[in-house]
Amino acid sequence: MSKIVKLISANCGKIRPDSVEDYLNSGGYAALKKAFTMEPLQIIEEVKKAKLLGRGGAAYPAGSKWEQLYEIEEFPKYIVCNADEGEPGTFKDKLLMEQDPLRVIEGMTIAGYVFNSHDGYIYIRGEYRGLQKIFQAAIDNAKKEGFLGENILNTGFSYNIHIMTGAGAYVCGENSALLNSIEGKAGRPRIKPPHLAEVGLFLMPTLVNNVESFANIPTIVNEGGEKYLSYGTADSGGTKLICLSGHIKNRGVFEVPFGVTLRDIIDDPELGGGMAGGRKLKFFHLGGQSGPCGSPEQLDTVYCCRAMRNAGLSVGSGAVVVLDESVCVIDYLKKVTEFFIHESCGKCVPCREGNKQLYLILDKLSKGEATENDLALMKRLSRVMAKSSFCGLGQAASTALDSCLKHFSSEFEAHLNKQCPAGVCFTKKESGE
Amino acid sequence: MNEKPTKEQILGIIAKYGKAKEQLLAILLDIQEASGSNCVTEEWAQLVAKELDLPLSKVFDVLTFYAMFSTKPRGRYVIEICNSAPCYYSNSEKVAEIFQEMLGIKMGETTPDGLFTLLYTSCIGACDQGPVAKIGDKVYGFLNKDKITGIINEYREVVSCQK
Repeated sequence: MSKIVKLISANCGKIRPDSVEDYLNSGGYAALKKAFTMEPLQIIEEVKKAKLLGRGGAAYPAGSKWEQLYEIEEFPKYIVCNADEGEPGTFKDKLLMEQDPLRVIEGMTIAGYVFNSHDGYIYIRGEYRGLQKIFQAAIDNAKKEGFLGENILNTGFSYNIHIMTGAGAYVCGENSALLNSIEGKAGRPRIKPPHLAEVGLFLMPTLVNNVESFANIPTIVNEGGEKYLSYGTADSGGTKLICLSGHIKNRGVFEVPFGVTLRDIIDDPELGGGMAGGRKLKFFHLGGQSGPCGSPEQLDTVYCCRAMRNAGLSVGSGAVVVLDESVCVIDYLKKVTEFFIHESCGKCVPCREGNKQLYLILDKLSKGEATENDLALMKRLSRVMAKSSFCGLGQAASTALDSCLKHFSSEFEAHLNKQCPAGVCFTKKESGE
Repeated sequence: MNEKPTKEQILGIIAKYGKAKEQLLAILLDIQEASGSNCVTEEWAQLVAKELDLPLSKVFDVLTFYAMFSTKPRGRYVIEICNSAPCYYSNSEKVAEIFQEMLGIKMGETTPDGLFTLLYTSCIGACDQGPVAKIGDKVYGFLNKDKITGIINEYREVVSCQK
């Protein structure tokens, strides 16, 4: 039986992305029309029943988020789509925006109707400037056909979507930093509370959801929350776009229902297709650089939010980076930490300085200069960063390190004794000696 | 080679975005693209600050916060090689070596003719095609020596045709 279920990626590659006609012919905008016949609270009820968990990485229940915003009686309210897809190994929002932007637009429009909002913003990362043009064309065409703008489909409801661009800052994926960036400022995170539902964009109540989350809304409205839930597991409704990269045969974006196993994802011929290059799997890194690494013993874990969390893993953004036995864990973590040093916004000390210190210790390990004390210090530092960093970036920066300490403690020990099991560290220097 | 944007051009870009403060990033990206030297100089930043009624420090806060901006002139084409984990383990270091060798410069440097600047970048979301590099809006995937030769020649030709 095929492990692929295409609820939201069915149009990708099949239709002209900016063509309203093509989108309508493939069933598009049926959900918006249906939504207009429903009460906003009914729609929120369906999103809750669907158990749609936020697809950007945090897996926060979208239904609860929508309910919280609905209860706030201050206007205007803003709808924001987080398209700052910056987690390394993640490229699924790009697929949706490039190949089926109208689905994202329809999802945002339904949200606009639910909250009686008149302005939606999609914040697309600067690295995706090319696809911003496609998305703009889709917005323009939707407007022309009466699906956006004034008096949509003669319902009296008016709604516009504005594209805002990023300019290269991973931290803007954090929702409050993203709102600052939309306002034309540096993307440093805000302190919470107040929550964004109360004080968000331009200090008004705001909904922020990920591209893939919005893309799921039309399906939920069309098929109903219960049906949508049934595609996935009891706690994680529907499907997930996963992004496979690294040492795997089939790299790319795939849509799978929650409930498949990690083994399916990596080995199924229709999905990952197994390892590339004939080497054995050493570990996999889930949900981007801020997610945990898992070991081959965990391959039978079910891919859904609860089972993954219980196993110390995470769905996160949907990234699955697969690494083979040629990779040294210490070398890998240096790469991860380098990324966070570069992307830390510098606002808080634990993140800005913590990542630098982590890197120094990892570097010592890779040179065989580290001691037991360094290892203990590294563990303590990681705890301090996780507990006291200002935003999610710093709090999650050492997640990969913690998981590797759990699964590969012997490899850390070996480096204390100047041994690199993967043969990556020390080799260059020793050959020169 | 270094044709600078005129004051009118910059005012045109600002007008295109309705002089809106929240469009600062888009305005600065457009100016940088039109600069021919992939940067936003202090002079232009001052003009933007004045037109948008923002303090210059605010404009510089943005210019220095986001990785895509530079306040110093760079090559007409900035070659950004992705060096995040998925690309790194698809041999991005080797790709960087080839670029450095062919252009005769190190990472972070600009060729003497002002044509190319070589940089590393964080993930650009093309991990299924790694190793990748980005030049402007264009992403080049599955890079190897032949492809890199082709890319460099392609950009050199564009410029020689314009002369």
